[in-house]
Amino acid sequence: MDFIAILSIFVLACFVGYYVVWSVTPALHTPLMAVTNAISSVIIVGALIAAAEAGSPAAKWLGLAGVVLASINIFGGFAVTQRMLAMYKKKEKK
Amino acid sequence: MVSLLASGAASSAGTTAWVALAYLAAGVLFILALRGLSSPETSRAGNRFGMIGMLIAVVTTLVTHSIASIYEILIAVAIGGLIGFTIARRIAMTAMPELVAAFHSLVGLAAVLVGWAAFLEPGAFGLLVGDTIGQVSRVEMALGVAIGAITFSGSVIAFAKLSGRMSGSPILLPMRHVINLGTLVAIIVLTALFTMGEIASQDYFIAITVLAFLVGFLLIIPIGGADMPVVVSMLNSYSGWAAAAMGFTLGNSAMIITGALVGASGAILSYIMCKAMNRSFISVIAGGFGADDSGGGDGEPREQRPYKQGSAADAAFMLEQAEKVIIIPGYGMAVAQAQHALREMCDLLEEKGVEVKFAIHPVAGRMPGHMNVLLAEASVDYDKVFELEDINSEFAQADVAFIIGANDVVNPAAKTDKSSPIYGMPVFDVDKAKQVFFIKRSMGGVGYAGVDNDVFYMDQTMMLLSDAKKMVEEIVKGLD
Repeated sequence: MDFIAILSIFVLACFVGYYVVWSVTPALHTPLMAVTNAISSVIIVGALIAAAEAGSPAAKWLGLAGVVLASINIFGGFAVTQRMLAMYKKKEKK
Repeated sequence: MVSLLASGAASSAGTTAWVALAYLAAGVLFILALRGLSSPETSRAGNRFGMIGMLIAVVTTLVTHSIASIYEILIAVAIGGLIGFTIARRIAMTAMPELVAAFHSLVGLAAVLVGWAAFLEPGAFGLLVGDTIGQVSRVEMALGVAIGAITFSGSVIAFAKLSGRMSGSPILLPMRHVINLGTLVAIIVLTALFTMGEIASQDYFIAITVLAFLVGFLLIIPIGGADMPVVVSMLNSYSGWAAAAMGFTLGNSAMIITGALVGASGAILSYIMCKAMNRSFISVIAGGFGADDSGGGDGEPREQRPYKQGSAADAAFMLEQAEKVIIIPGYGMAVAQAQHALREMCDLLEEKGVEVKFAIHPVAGRMPGHMNVLLAEASVDYDKVFELEDINSEFAQADVAFIIGANDVVNPAAKTDKSSPIYGMPVFDVDKAKQVFFIKRSMGGVGYAGVDNDVFYMDQTMMLLSDAKKMVEEIVKGLD
C-alpha cells in the first residue's frame, strides 16, 4: 500500500475512534481500557513476522520475545474484559 | 523523497488483495468491539468480536509468511497465553488499575522489540530501499520505538505507584521541566539525524531508544497517586499510537486502525478525567499536584472545628427511617474492599423499602470507571449506579447522602473557594441532602488535594470514623 492510502486509513480510523469512544458508557470505562489494551496487542503481527524470519537470529529472538509479551496481553486482556463484563448484570425483578 | 515514499511502502510484505481484506476485517471487528461497550448488554458480544478480529489478524500473518520456526512461535504464544490467562483469572477487581498499567507496559515493550527486529532485519518487513532502510520507514520506526519505550517505562512507574510498590506522592527533581523538554528535543533531533543519514545508523537508533525509556520514567515520577486516572488513560493512548506507528512501518491496516482507535480512546478518557478535575492536561502532566511546592490553598494550620461523631447503630437507625439514600463511593471503598458489605447494606435497606442509588464521580478511584467495576463485582444492579450530572439534582430530595471513602469529590470548596486547588471541579451537592454520613478512617487525613472539607462540620453531618468495611458491616448488623 502506498503511504497516502495508509495515511487515509489512519486519519479516518481516528475519526471512527473518536465517535465510537464517545458513545461508550462511562460505567464501562474500565473494561474499555482493558479491551483497548488487548486489541493494541495486534502488534503481535509485527512480532510474528520477525519471529518467522530465518535470516537473522537477533531479529528472530526479539520477535519471539515480542510474541510472548503480546500474547500475555491478548489472552490476559480479553479474559479480564470478559470477566468484568460478565459482572454487569441486571438483577431479576422480583 | 516522493519516490522513496512510494517504493518504501509498496514493497511491504504480503500485499495480495485478500490478505489486505483479512486485515481490514480484523480492524472492523475491533471497531465493533469498542462499539459494543456503549451498553452492558451489547458489550459481551463486542468482546467476542475483538477476539475474532485478533484471531483473524494472527492466522492471516501466519499463513501468508513462510515460517521457519512455527514450533518456537507456538511455544511463545502458549507461554504468553498461559501467563496472561492466569493473571486475568486471579487478579482482584480492586487491583484492576495496576493490572491495566502493567498490560500497557507490555504493549510498549512489544513495540520496542518489533521496532528493533524491523531495524535489524528490514528485508523481512520489506523496508529496504536499495541496501538500506527507506527514509519514511526510518521515521515510522523511530517514532514507534520512541513511543513504545515511553509507554513502557511510564507504565512501569504507574504500575509501581498504583500497586504501592512505590510511594504515590510526587517525586520532584530540580529543573525537571528543563530536563524533560531537553530529552524530548534530543529524541526529535536524533530522529531527524537517523532519517537523514546515508544509512540507518544503529548508534542513533540505540540513543533514541534509551532516551525514550528515560523520558517515560521522568514524565511519570512527578505525578501523584490521585492523578493516576489521567496517567493511565494517557499511557493507554500512547500504547495505541505506538501500535499505529508500527502499523505504518509494516503497511498493515489492522494495526493502523487499532492504533488509531486505542489512541483516540485513551485521549478521550484523559480529556474526560481532566475535565472532571477542572485541570488542564498540561498541568497534570507537569506533575507535582498535592506536593508541598505547589500546595495551593492557604498554608495556615487548620483550626480545630467541632464535628459530630456517630456510631454504626445511629447510622443504621437513621438509614432505616430514610426514604431515599444516595451512596457516594470513592477510592477509600476500594482500599477497604468494602463493596460487598455495601451491597449487603443496600439489599437490606431495599427490603425495608428504602430507595438506594449510587453516585459516581468520573475521577473516583484510580482509573476511569473503577467504582463501577467494583460495584458490578459486588453485583450491584447497574441501573442503580449514576454519573455525576445525572444524579446531582437529586440530593435535594435525598434523606441521606452516604459518603464512603470519597472526599474531594464532595468538597464544597470546589464551588466557593477560589484559592482552593480543587476550585472549579464539579462536585456532588451533598450539602443539600437532609443528612450526611461520612465514613472516614480518622479526622486527621484530608483528601488527596490536601484541603479541609466543610462537609465534615455541617450541622447535618455525622462522621463515622472507622475502617470503611468494618463500619458498613456493623451498620449491616444494626439493620438486621
